[in-house]
Amino acid sequence: MRLSPDGMIFWQHGFVKLNATIVFTWGLMFVLAIGSKLITRKLSVDLKRSRWQNLLEIVVATIEKQIKDVGLSHPEKYLGFLGTLFLFIALSNFCTIFPGYEPPTSSLSTTTALALSVFLAVPLFGIGEQGLGGYLKSYAEPTLLMLPFNIISELSRTLALAVRLFGNMMSGVMIIGILLTITPFIFPIVMTVLGLLTGMVQAYIFFILAAVYIAAATRVRKAKPEPPPQT
Amino acid sequence: MDNMTLIAVASIVTAGLTIALGSVGPALGEGRAVATALSSLAQQPDAATTITRTLFVGLAMIESIAIYCFVVSMILIFANPFWNHVIAQTAGK
Repeated sequence: MRLSPDGMIFWQHGFVKLNATIVFTWGLMFVLAIGSKLITRKLSVDLKRSRWQNLLEIVVATIEKQIKDVGLSHPEKYLGFLGTLFLFIALSNFCTIFPGYEPPTSSLSTTTALALSVFLAVPLFGIGEQGLGGYLKSYAEPTLLMLPFNIISELSRTLALAVRLFGNMMSGVMIIGILLTITPFIFPIVMTVLGLLTGMVQAYIFFILAAVYIAAATRVRKAKPEPPPQT
Repeated sequence: MDNMTLIAVASIVTAGLTIALGSVGPALGEGRAVATALSSLAQQPDAATTITRTLFVGLAMIESIAIYCFVVSMILIFANPFWNHVIAQTAGK
């Protein structure tokens, strides 16, 4: 039984392999990029607009509001990165409706890549917001004794992001595969619906966790309170 | 018992025990989390969106522990390196 779509290899040349994960990832990228390009070709600012533009506006406005709720005061700076994370993972988990499709997020390579991009983005946003010295000082935040623990927590939450998404999607795919060999009539459909629900929840969780990590890294440290004026 | 049997028995028993014991803790934790969320929703219905969102994020974090156990159990059953090594040895003989 295959553990991930990395095993389905379509073409191979030396060590370069074209497996199902890559093919499905590129398919999702094309759908997202070309779909958005087509919809945003003629944007209108008055009340009469196409329904696809309405759909995109609802999606973007909701994501922006969620980013602001987490505590990031200028959501447009982070909308590109966080919005792309959410849309890619959500679309990848949603398309399990189509038969013959395996979500690329059910492979540890994709989820590790997404978690690594969050791992790199958090210091980048933090340094952009607070400067290199200010950001590095935040690692010694309560006391210098916490420095190794802060570093370990950075690494462990990246690992947790990757394994959480991978475990959820892989388990969904595997349960459906096992059930199809045991009771192939109604029960796999119920499990597919459950897999869809957990897929959407996991996409939201990944996005919110990335936003919370970025908010923690870009939080403006409170200035020392001024001493009360001497009367 | 030779090596192959020993590895097979250890892997199968450990896989079953991992997922069985590993789902007890997260289930209890999630039950407590939902119970507290419900009582705070009853106390302050205005904060419903914040409470619900925090509840789901917390549930996902708790769930990941069970997912780790599930991943270990799957690895033991389907991608077991020790089993593959022993199979390769017997195939080579």
